[in-house]
Amino acid sequence: MAKGKVLLEVKGLRAAVAGNEILKGVDLTIRDGEVHAIMGPNGSGKSTLAQVLAGHPAYTVLAGGATYEGKDLLDMKPEDRARAGVFLAFQYPVEIRGITNSYFLRSALNSLRRERGEPELDPIDFLQFLEQKLKSIGWDDSMMNRPVNEGFSGGEKKRNEILQLAVLEPRLAILDETDSGLDIDALKTVAEAVNQLRDPKRSFLIVTHYQRLLNYITPDVVHVLADGRIVKSGGPELAHELEAKGYDWLRDAAMVS
Amino acid sequence: MAHVDQLVGSYRAWASNGASGVPDWLKDLREGGIARFHDLGFPNMKQEAWRFTSVAPIAEGSFELAKTPARIPTLEEIRPFLLLEAGYRLVFLDGFFQQSLSTPFFDDVQSLAHVVSHRQDLVRAHLGKYAATQERPFSALNTAFVSDGAFVHVPAKTTILEPIQLLFLASGSKPVVAHPRNLVVVEREARASIVETYAALDEHSYWTNAVTEIVVADGARLDHHRVQRESHRAYHVATTQSHQGRDSTVNLHFVAFGGALARHDIGAVMAGPGGTLILNGLYLLAGAQHADHHTTIDHAADHCESHEYFNGVLDDKSRGVFTGRIVVRPGAQKTDSKQTNNNLLLSSNAHADSQPQLEIYADDVKCTHGSTVGPLDPRAMFYLESRGIGKDEARRLLTYGFAAEILGRMEVAPLRAQLDAIVRGRLAE
Repeated sequence: MAKGKVLLEVKGLRAAVAGNEILKGVDLTIRDGEVHAIMGPNGSGKSTLAQVLAGHPAYTVLAGGATYEGKDLLDMKPEDRARAGVFLAFQYPVEIRGITNSYFLRSALNSLRRERGEPELDPIDFLQFLEQKLKSIGWDDSMMNRPVNEGFSGGEKKRNEILQLAVLEPRLAILDETDSGLDIDALKTVAEAVNQLRDPKRSFLIVTHYQRLLNYITPDVVHVLADGRIVKSGGPELAHELEAKGYDWLRDAAMVS
Repeated sequence: MAHVDQLVGSYRAWASNGASGVPDWLKDLREGGIARFHDLGFPNMKQEAWRFTSVAPIAEGSFELAKTPARIPTLEEIRPFLLLEAGYRLVFLDGFFQQSLSTPFFDDVQSLAHVVSHRQDLVRAHLGKYAATQERPFSALNTAFVSDGAFVHVPAKTTILEPIQLLFLASGSKPVVAHPRNLVVVEREARASIVETYAALDEHSYWTNAVTEIVVADGARLDHHRVQRESHRAYHVATTQSHQGRDSTVNLHFVAFGGALARHDIGAVMAGPGGTLILNGLYLLAGAQHADHHTTIDHAADHCESHEYFNGVLDDKSRGVFTGRIVVRPGAQKTDSKQTNNNLLLSSNAHADSQPQLEIYADDVKCTHGSTVGPLDPRAMFYLESRGIGKDEARRLLTYGFAAEILGRMEVAPLRAQLDAIVRGRLAE
């Protein structure tokens, strides 16, 4: 299979939060249409990598860089990254009081459409658009008129992230532990939706602690992050190996190297 | 204390003059009111219920008792203050009923001055029976000057479909005081919806001292919406007191945008088992505005449910005060009471005080309360930004959400839309 164009290129990325260096030199190349999984033990820096790529203000980049579509990603404001097609599905989605999901989604979509020079969608056009999107991933509109994430169950919150992904149609979707806290049925639901959203023009970076999500979403590349560095990369079989052997053997390898 | 004497003097002159042709029971009620006010005087900040609010601008100000307005505005002039097109309507100017601007309904939706003589037994049975004057000097003062206001009576098993509008307008340029007195009686298994609005024809200084008594009988339902959008130079003091019976539903909605200084005492007594109560309020303040909402929910019977939600959005140097007192009486078992008060500070000079006060004398009850005071949540800001929404829009959206959360609980859609537009206008300033 011919390889796609490089979408994201991370080189020697070092980043800190509250004075603690978490990422200690990450290199990563993601091409169009590829699905990459990043696995690793707690505290290895998986979520930090996801947050830094999305532009969370609490993280400071110390060295290295990241280009997205050839542009300096780290120099862009979070909203500009989103408008350029970067999407982060949050590990802990935030509750927004008083704003319904559909109002929120329309505001976000219209921000993206303005950027692309497309006309904004009014509430009626948006509802039609939304219904198509819901149908494409097989979900109903039961969450749409509730305030964003407020009173949602853990599973509903994660589904809501994937719904936003479907509506905003990013080129790079970063899933930060979307599987954590989900029971097996909710996990399958989310994974099936993600599979529906796979596309030659869309790449995924799936951050996960467990291998089980990768039973349903088959990645092209699996990376292991330990102590702020990618210590091993391989095919989907690497995930199974990690499941069988745990992370310790890799952590030891990282210490030695 | 000079001003207390001045007010008592103005009462004496008024009572012996034009206001004298009233039944004895009403005279007695007024006399009781002025005596109580004379004893209590103006509240001061050493009193627990007034810790955060000084009424010095009122106590030291000079307000003449409002007189019959010289000029009556046209319907076109008052249209901006009417929040709904349809439905019965009572319009008051400086506290005086305006027949030409109103659409009353026989003796059921009428001016209080009219029904005092035409439905004397009904008025006498309820007027002054709910709004306590014991520790409430402003309520006592209003009672002394009881003469006009809105009267709404919904007969048993009757539903009034369109919301009834009560509009209280301040007219002119003189610093006057008006004491509107409103009585709402919803009989057994009846249902109605009311919109009570306070506004000014222009931005001048005056004082409104309003009292609204609400009685909702067994199995009845009332949706009451109170919109306070007085002049930004006005002083607004008010008491709203509801009393509800068995298996009744009372939804009280409050929106406060106006006034330089506003104090609203809200009391709700759940007198019969199985009642449901919602207190749902929003205060949206800017400049040097000060608004104090002092609420008391009295669970006097078992198996009642109360939900209280107050949100404040405070900009510039404004200050919002919220007190949420919940009393669960002995025997009010299976009470289920929830209270939240969330305050959003849009400026480092804005200030909010939030104090829950729970007094629980029954053992099998559920009472929860929570309050927040703070700036916009940075996590929420990043969440919106990560979806492509710019900083300014994100800030507006989150602020709007604080207000929309409250407005969203109002079931009258056209009213909600009007208030929504006012909120958006305020936030865009």
